[in-house]
Amino acid sequence: MKAKVYVTLKPSVLDPQGKAIQHSVASLGFAGIGDIRQGKYFEIFFDDSVTESSARESVARIAKDVLANPVIEDYRVEVEA
Amino acid sequence: MKFGVIVFPGSNCDHDAYHVLSKHVGQPVDFVWHQETDLSGFDALVVPGGFSYGDYLRAGALARFSPVMNSVKDFAASGKFVFGICNGFQILCEAGLLPGALRRNAGLHFVCKHVNLRVENQNTPFTSEVDASKILSIPIAHAEGNYTCDDATYQQLEENGQIVFRYCDENGDITDEANPNGARSNIAGICNLDRNVMGMMPHPERACEDILGSNDGRDIFRSLTKAVSQISEID
Repeated sequence: MKAKVYVTLKPSVLDPQGKAIQHSVASLGFAGIGDIRQGKYFEIFFDDSVTESSARESVARIAKDVLANPVIEDYRVEVEA
Repeated sequence: MKFGVIVFPGSNCDHDAYHVLSKHVGQPVDFVWHQETDLSGFDALVVPGGFSYGDYLRAGALARFSPVMNSVKDFAASGKFVFGICNGFQILCEAGLLPGALRRNAGLHFVCKHVNLRVENQNTPFTSEVDASKILSIPIAHAEGNYTCDDATYQQLEENGQIVFRYCDENGDITDEANPNGARSNIAGICNLDRNVMGMMPHPERACEDILGSNDGRDIFRSLTKAVSQISEID
C-alpha cells in the first residue's frame, strides 16, 4: 500500500522560489501563467501487513506532525490500495 | 552557573558559542550531544546555528525530533533559559517553543553580512545589559530567516513585548531597505511569553571580538549571564 502526501504553502504565504520559477518559465516564452507555487511530494510505502484504515491513520499523523509545518503549510493525503 | 551548547549532526556554530561563553563570558560550558536527555546540570542552553540534519525537509524540522528536544522542552517549562541562534531559532520554532516559522528569504539568496539591530524590548533576560540607545551591529548568515506568523500571533507578540530585535538602518529606523530577508515587520528575534526562551537569526557569538568587526554580541551574553546568576541567587 502506498500513501502520497502533498505539502503546499498556504495561499497567504509568499513563495519566492515559485516566483523565481515563474520568471524562468516566462523567459521561455510561455504566456498566460498567472502564478507558480512550489510544493513537496512524499511517497510512503506500507508493509502488506498494515490495514488500510491503520495506514490512513498513520499517514495523517505523519503529514501533520512531521511533513508539514502547519504555521505555513497545508497538506493533502491520498492512499492507494 | 553552567551553560550547555547543544550539538546536532550538522551544527556548525557550536564551537563559536562555546568559545564566547568560556572565554568572553567566563562561565563553565559543556557541549550536549543531541542524544542526551539529562540536562539537570545546566542553567542555560544555547541551541546553536548551523545546518542540523542538512536542513532536510525544512530548516530545523528534523532536529526537533532528536531525543534532547523533549528535555529542552521540560527545561524551558521549568523556567530555565534557552537561547536559539539562527538554525537554533528555526529549531525552537519547529519545536513549538517559539511561535511562527522561518521561511526562505524573500530575495532567495543566502545573505551573509553585518546588519543593524534595534532592541525592541530591553526588559528581557537577553537584553537587560544592552545600552538603550545602542544600535547593535551583528552578522547574519542564512537563507531561511524570513520570519512569518499569522495576524493573531503577530498581535500577541506586539502586545506582550515578545519582539526582541528588529532589523533597522544605522539610525535605528525600521525600513524595508534594512530588512535583509523579508521578515514580517523586520523581526530579527523574538521570545516566548515567559521571556526565558529567545530566538534570533543574527549571530551574536560572531560579534564578541573587535577583530571580528564588532563586540556588540557580548551585551546579549552578559545580559543572559546576569539573569542566570540572579536566578541562582534566589535558589
